[in-house]
Amino acid sequence: MTKKILTGTLLDDQLHLSLIEISEACASRTEWVVELVDEGILEPLGVERDQWRFPGESLFRANTARRLQRDLGMNLAGVALAIDLLEEISVLRARLRSQELEK
Amino acid sequence: MDYKDYYKLLAVERGASQDEIKRSYRKLARKYHPDVSKEPDAEARFKELAEAYAVLKNPEKRAAYDELGSNWQGGQEFKRPPDWGTGFEFSGSGFDGADAGAYSDFFETLFGQGDMGSQFRTGASQGFHARGEDHHAKVLIDLEDAYTGATRSITLRAPELDQSGHVLTRDRTLNVKIPKGVKQGQKIRLSGQGSPGHGDGNAGDLYLEIEFRRHRFYKPEGKDIYMDLPVTPWEAALGGTIKVPTPAGSVDLKIPAGATNSQKLRLKGRGIPGKPPGDFYVVISITVPAADSDAAKELYEKMREELPYNPRHHLEV
Repeated sequence: MTKKILTGTLLDDQLHLSLIEISEACASRTEWVVELVDEGILEPLGVERDQWRFPGESLFRANTARRLQRDLGMNLAGVALAIDLLEEISVLRARLRSQELEK
Repeated sequence: MDYKDYYKLLAVERGASQDEIKRSYRKLARKYHPDVSKEPDAEARFKELAEAYAVLKNPEKRAAYDELGSNWQGGQEFKRPPDWGTGFEFSGSGFDGADAGAYSDFFETLFGQGDMGSQFRTGASQGFHARGEDHHAKVLIDLEDAYTGATRSITLRAPELDQSGHVLTRDRTLNVKIPKGVKQGQKIRLSGQGSPGHGDGNAGDLYLEIEFRRHRFYKPEGKDIYMDLPVTPWEAALGGTIKVPTPAGSVDLKIPAGATNSQKLRLKGRGIPGKPPGDFYVVISITVPAADSDAAKELYEKMREELPYNPRHHLEV
């Protein structure tokens, strides 16, 4: 049986999304994405809005922000802090895992 | 269909105030939110919480739910009483959020499902459109797959709607291309492979998170790979060339004379491929042979006598 092979988009730093693309991909208004930038949750390259280029992992951060805001009633400052802490925890967990492996 | 005890799910009494319900929901939501929680069943628990809160935070829905009476037990076989729900009028649609399709059959029987099959007058029922839910899954690959690229077949359990609007869970298998150069924790987005949308809404997306299967001796860190390399004391002291495995094939590695324990030797560009590629680090680990034969003992004794070496001079005792 042959089945179609799906090719997705790897969300890495080689990928760049425009403001419109990232808004569509996380089903949100562009104004909301601009708020994420103002809060420092997303850091696009480029100065003017219509030239902004968002690195691939921004999409994942934006989706996490959307869920935290919607489900936990957090404001964006709280969301920004939570995302930073979650990323730090995940780095520490990875380090812990590799240390446990050494034992 | 099972009855759901929304009060029990939110850990509040039936007589709880709206404020108490909100507080309890917020507390539990922080504990079980899938983005935050490491509880194994976080996603399922959070969905139940969100559903319970969607009902109890809304005074009209809560009153209608209370009307079912308090004799039901969570998990009990449930049939909607024929006279239930008359005289209630809900403002807004049964769903508040964009993630339609996330609620249980029990919820849908009571409060309808968007514009499909609801017997209630729902203010927003005309033209109810929502984007389908995004889905998330992990895909386990071997480190070697990141060097060459691979195709992985993954099976997902996804809720789907049948023609009469009931939610069924169906296993679906996807063949997905894993691109060369992926790293631990990176995500691949498959657009339109999440839940179907409602009305004219688009389908959600599927996000796959890359996870490397644990390797016996390679340790990935971002795009770099680390490996402990056991060497003998004489290889470390005198230097030499040692055959070393890398995920892209074995190489001859030159150990410098006077190599020390934990010293890192870098094989540039032999980490995970990319622009630029990662590096492969060999970490020297000097192992000492046991003095388990007369010949070995003799050699150690000879060293003790002829090799003036004090590794403890910095301790100043």
